[in-house]
Amino acid sequence: MGFWDVTLILWGGFQKTMLLFALTLVFSLPLGLVISFGSMSRFAPLRYLVKVIVWIVRGIPLMLQIFIIYYVPGILFQQPITERFNAAVIAFSINYACYFSEIFRGGIQSISRSQYEAGQVLGMTKSQVFFRVVLLQVVKRITAPMSNEVITLVKDTALARVIVVVEVLKEAELLASRGLLWPLFYTGAFYLLFVGILTLLFGYIEKRMSYFKA
Amino acid sequence: MAILEVQNLSKWFGSSEVLQDISFTLEKGRTLAVIGASGSGKTTLLRCLNFLERPNEGRILVRGEVLFDADERSRHNEQGIREKRLHFGLVFQSFNLFPQYTALQNVTLARRLMAKTRGEASREVLEGIRDQGLALLAQIGLEDKRDHYPHQLSGGQQQRVAIARALAMGPDILCFDEPTSALDPELTGEVLRVIRGLADGHTTMIIVTHEMEFARGVADEIMFMDEGVIIEYGPPATTLDNPSSERMRRFLERYC
Repeated sequence: MGFWDVTLILWGGFQKTMLLFALTLVFSLPLGLVISFGSMSRFAPLRYLVKVIVWIVRGIPLMLQIFIIYYVPGILFQQPITERFNAAVIAFSINYACYFSEIFRGGIQSISRSQYEAGQVLGMTKSQVFFRVVLLQVVKRITAPMSNEVITLVKDTALARVIVVVEVLKEAELLASRGLLWPLFYTGAFYLLFVGILTLLFGYIEKRMSYFKA
Repeated sequence: MAILEVQNLSKWFGSSEVLQDISFTLEKGRTLAVIGASGSGKTTLLRCLNFLERPNEGRILVRGEVLFDADERSRHNEQGIREKRLHFGLVFQSFNLFPQYTALQNVTLARRLMAKTRGEASREVLEGIRDQGLALLAQIGLEDKRDHYPHQLSGGQQQRVAIARALAMGPDILCFDEPTSALDPELTGEVLRVIRGLADGHTTMIIVTHEMEFARGVADEIMFMDEGVIIEYGPPATTLDNPSSERMRRFLERYC
């Protein structure tokens, strides 16, 4: 099998990698914001519940969480998740939402109370203060830690192969099991290229927000 | 009639009473300077007037309308407080401009959001808000800085923009919480000049300050507070030049 054939096979797998990556972001970013609000809630029982969930999700391996999401519904309710890919998306989304929520919480709490008060005394509503005054300052402050997490996610998607989601690394493993070893190492180029693009994107975001200091 | 009437205001933080039975009135167009050592309750008083703290007892009336009554808990929902606090404006010690907005945007943001909330954000209204913002920047002498972001302005310029931002909401009473304390000495003058201009224009103001000479020059009334209590209240000629209390005399010796 030639270089071009292998490239096509791996590219097919990498499309699944990117889809898993994109769907995880789409679900985990808003979910993470909701969790961060829960972890800052003035209602103590909710706050503690959220903190326990975050502790569990961050405390056990992501690989194990993928197994749990894929197998446990079937064991408990005789209602297995039939689509492996969906199970992976759910597991990744919950896992990353919990990590994101802590970054969001740190960012939100780093904004001085006086910014809220300045908005309040001008008669702004609480949501106006959050969305029009605080949020952009938070986004600026969390861009660097978020880029770390997002880049980690690109490579974590490879874990989905444990429930036989055929992403790029699984494709390479299938080739390897048939005696063709080099595509395994070739997958690194796909990851590197994608992470390179993301790095440029985050650099651009940071630059776009350099017009103010916060 | 007095524009502001404060009746028997008390505020506790835990077991310490930071405001004890504060009562005073202020006439429209007058300037009140509040002086006293740090920890005397001056800032807490301003924060109570601006609904940033909730007094435990007492009433606040503006133009005879009861804005706050500690005995009536039910009336203090968020919407109600938002409308009532617009009777007051507050200029903070540390300016607290919004860093991601230009000087002009800082001045106009709250008015624009309010127009949107009320569903009256037509082009004419928004242009009117912008014109008012430009006029306010001209009033404080910073129209050429309208597109500058806060970090591009000096402390004195930031504080002047903060004053314009508070004025934009058209408050009945403008409060200042040590407006020059965070400034280098050479920058206090420009801020004090703006405040003096407002006093000359008969803006009703309450100014918490450590600048005794400024207080003497600009204030119609002086309030001296100590440990949450009003010790002296009256025109500078009596309170500053002829204090009747021993505590005020000792304070003035230290500061003047």
